[in-house]
Amino acid sequence: MFSLEGLTHSIHSWLNSALNPTAALVVEMVIVAIAVIGFFAVLGLVLVLMERKVSAYMQIRLGPNRVGYGGSLQTVADTLKLAMKEGLTPDGADKFLFNLAPYTAIIISMLVLAPIPFAKGFQIWDMNIGVLYVSAVSSVSVIGVLMAGWASNNKYSLLGAMRSGAQIVSYELSAGLSIISVVVLTGSLRISDIISSQQNGWWIFKGHIPAVIAFVIFIIAVTAETNRAPFDLAEAESELTAGFHTEYSGMKFALFFLAEYVNIFIACAIGTILFFGGWMPLHIGSWDAFNHVMDYIPSSIWFISKVFFLIFVMMWFRWTFPRLRVDQLLNLEWKYLLPISLFNLLLMTLMAIMGWYF
Amino acid sequence: MLLKDYISDIYQATRSLLKGMRRTGYYFTHHKEIITQQYPDNKSEAKLPERFRGEVVMPHDTSNEHACTGCTACELACPNGTIKIITKFDVTPDGKKKKALDTFIYHLELCTMCNLCIEACPTDAIKMAQSFEHSVYDRSQLTKKLNAPGSKIREGVE
Repeated sequence: MFSLEGLTHSIHSWLNSALNPTAALVVEMVIVAIAVIGFFAVLGLVLVLMERKVSAYMQIRLGPNRVGYGGSLQTVADTLKLAMKEGLTPDGADKFLFNLAPYTAIIISMLVLAPIPFAKGFQIWDMNIGVLYVSAVSSVSVIGVLMAGWASNNKYSLLGAMRSGAQIVSYELSAGLSIISVVVLTGSLRISDIISSQQNGWWIFKGHIPAVIAFVIFIIAVTAETNRAPFDLAEAESELTAGFHTEYSGMKFALFFLAEYVNIFIACAIGTILFFGGWMPLHIGSWDAFNHVMDYIPSSIWFISKVFFLIFVMMWFRWTFPRLRVDQLLNLEWKYLLPISLFNLLLMTLMAIMGWYF
Repeated sequence: MLLKDYISDIYQATRSLLKGMRRTGYYFTHHKEIITQQYPDNKSEAKLPERFRGEVVMPHDTSNEHACTGCTACELACPNGTIKIITKFDVTPDGKKKKALDTFIYHLELCTMCNLCIEACPTDAIKMAQSFEHSVYDRSQLTKKLNAPGSKIREGVE
């Protein structure tokens, strides 16, 4: 059976036999960097195309359908166009920060990719504080947005960036609390431990209603954290003319765009790991034959399909719900999501102590 | 806020959000509902809405007769001077003079397709056509004469 774990092991042992350990480590790091950048590029192309097609079908339209088969090369053409465009820096802008901001945004998204297991044993870095690392680094992403908004020297950009700051700082709380409620059940921050604790059932099934509530709060909070509709106040095409990236063009704009989509992927990957068992196949109690069939599907396919399902749900949100006003946004967080998630965490802790989950 | 109101708020909000998602989910799975028409490709079978307003035309029947009495109601109704009506006097068989249409001039380049002239017409002599490919190389071709040469007013239209 095909497995990515075997591939990484064979590369690792081959490098160590051919080179000394330090050189082998350096070569492995280079391979990882190339793989991550390549993955980013492919992910951006696929997700943008998916977004456009999903939005089109939800609005009874056709979407891109001219370039390539069924419009499949549309995003490739768009990327080519963006790469050839001039990356203009406005006159009044803070040149250094203006040019640094897109790289900050993309580097932070790359950093969060480190502890995510794409398949069984296929992970860049399985650190013991994996979940904490993810929630810490992903909240830094607001820096990139603030930097872009400030350096643009444009009132729309600054407004968008400030909104984004308020939004990410607020929603970080309920995202963190719903992550903690899974950590309470697992008793470990290490991502591989969290996944292996879901061997006999995913947390969303094992944790009863509190887990479902935690998942719903998590998906709302990460939708807000990734600045997507209905929480896209930072961009708000119709009122702020794209907010923090109004002044960006060409490849610098493309980097922001890419960072947004990679953040969506990462948020959904975290959701998958915490609530849907990461790369664990679907097992149902004592249906041995069914479980056996499910085991034959490679773990990477399980992971990717779960993540894309969650991404689809987020796109579904985006193309259904109207944008919130900024006071409604903060009301939703501080008056509804935070109290509910605190109460839910209490319930979850009680469940974990009493052992009411299976 | 009472706890009951708080919970009912959450319930109502979730319900209405799910209702919206059910609608978009329905559209996502039912591709037959798609209303996009791939225009230059389907030129022959393009379906325009019944009330689409392309340009003003004056229908003539088989014996080259129209229903315009030359009353100039459309000319008065037009907000931007698109219509100009030139009238003449016909002599009826019993020797009376009667006002009739000589030329109905329609400036397509000025028209905003507001439909006011069609609503103003007392005899339904003009209507909106479905044609929309109006581009020409010379502006003067957009000034049209709507009544066909040699046409008369239909018998019995007052």
